[in-house]
Amino acid sequence: MSNARIRKIISAIAESLCGLAVLIALVPLVLILFYVVKHGFTSLNWAFFTQMPKPVGEVGGGMANAIVGTLILIAIAALFAVPFGCLCGIHLSEYPASKFSSIVRFAADVLNGVPSIVVGIFAYGLVVLPVRRFSAMAGGFALGVLMIPVVVRTTEELLRLVPPGLREGALALGATRSRAVFSVIVPAALPGILTGILVATARVAGETAPLLFTSFNNRYWTTNIAQPMASLTVQVYTYANSPYEDWIRQAWAGAFLLVIIILVLSIIARVSVRRLERMNRP
Amino acid sequence: MRRSADDRLFRISTGIFAAMVLALVAGIGFELWRQSSLSIAKFGFRFWTGRVWNPVSGEFGALPFIWGTLYSSLLALFLSTPIALGIAIYISELSPRLLRQPLSYLTELLAAIPSVVYGLWGVFVLTPIVRKLEMAVPEALRRTPFFSGPPLGVGMGMAAIILSIMVVPFTSSVAREILKNVPIAQREAAYALGATRWEAIKVAIGYGKTGIIGAVMLGLGRALGETMAVTMVIGNNPQVSTSLFAPQYTMAAVIANEFTEAADDLYLHALIEIGLLLFIITIFVNIISRFFLWSTKKRLVRA
Repeated sequence: MSNARIRKIISAIAESLCGLAVLIALVPLVLILFYVVKHGFTSLNWAFFTQMPKPVGEVGGGMANAIVGTLILIAIAALFAVPFGCLCGIHLSEYPASKFSSIVRFAADVLNGVPSIVVGIFAYGLVVLPVRRFSAMAGGFALGVLMIPVVVRTTEELLRLVPPGLREGALALGATRSRAVFSVIVPAALPGILTGILVATARVAGETAPLLFTSFNNRYWTTNIAQPMASLTVQVYTYANSPYEDWIRQAWAGAFLLVIIILVLSIIARVSVRRLERMNRP
Repeated sequence: MRRSADDRLFRISTGIFAAMVLALVAGIGFELWRQSSLSIAKFGFRFWTGRVWNPVSGEFGALPFIWGTLYSSLLALFLSTPIALGIAIYISELSPRLLRQPLSYLTELLAAIPSVVYGLWGVFVLTPIVRKLEMAVPEALRRTPFFSGPPLGVGMGMAAIILSIMVVPFTSSVAREILKNVPIAQREAAYALGATRWEAIKVAIGYGKTGIIGAVMLGLGRALGETMAVTMVIGNNPQVSTSLFAPQYTMAAVIANEFTEAADDLYLHALIEIGLLLFIITIFVNIISRFFLWSTKKRLVRA
């Protein structure tokens, strides 16, 4: 066989191995979604959404408190992380070339890589220890810290998509920098910023580790953010480790709900990012 | 005059928020160090080499956890890197244009699934399968240190498999981005010299080599800090073993399991010191990875 022939065969083999890699990666994705739907969807019922957890050993009940808890925790996180992250992102996109900006960008990327459980310890030391009580506030704070780098980077990227002509126009009309940013650039980028918030929410909605010793867990109904609070993820974890069949069934239902929430959030974000890119393409 | 004052005020006030991001990273490090002072003072360096973890007698050695974290992450990289690079190459170089977006979205979905769902799936679906696979390992291999001990399903091998699935989307999306930015001229030059498609791809990979190493290290950073799924499938037994069948423990897992049970301050400080080391390792890996990615990007943009 000629040398060229062998090289062509090697090329074909390598190319098909790459295609195979894609298939191999899709297998676990399909399997996970299949089992989550199979065990989770069939376990969902009205009680799951409306009832409180039943005492140990009793069949039935639901995760009403955990669903509300997750929403409250995300709200606390967003309340703290969104303004913070957006202002930081605005700074980075307005002064992109300064040395300070590149250091901050680097720090945001590093913060993004800090394990979520370490952020949980940080929140424990800062919010739980001084008052010696687990609280939703501490959990929300931990999630907020995890949200910040995502909000910062997406805000910056999406603000950069705003056509430079808009900014230059505002500045040429005599607007100050803050005027140009808040009356022209941010409104133009608002859909993008909202998308960034969605991406960040999707990222933290599935977090368990930072909540284990901040918001902890709670078998009772509470909306008091100074108290321990249940969350879907911690509840799924607790139930998955339990020996009761009914709890394991509910863990699957919780997992199904979590996956649905996160998939919907990230699909909406994905679609709107693509629309924004198309809209702003010169 | 007024305008420049306003501009300066804007720059400084938004800059304060930007500086807070730096403060946050430093603050995490400081807080972990402060909260682990008891254990640092008592054990010193012995903490990192001790093999005994006995909260009752107050004897704390973190070596089994450090071992478990490093070993599981490296095994996971060993499994995930070829897959992730294959995906990146396929999507950026080989796939039909129409499939590009959907395929990249599908593979990235793996990153969207919560860790605790991976754990749940791992415990109830994957463990029985892995146990069957382990039982099928031939006797000759079972005598090697990599497959010794009873096949339980849960253990190091299982954790490495779950971790590798979770790491793939991170590595592949960054590597894809790098390949996308390698100038077309690099491949065209290879074709002009009579290269096959694969040979041209190898040229492109060589061009973005540092960036691809950066992508792999980014995945490593993820694997090191991954908590819930690993906690649920690794078996939680602090021991230093090379066996894939052995139930072991990781740094993140011991924090997740024992933090709320830590009855005395020394115990808590020992756990937080493990967190501190985890923080230092991941920061280190991330900084190197970002540096590689950053320098590659700079070179690619210039080209």
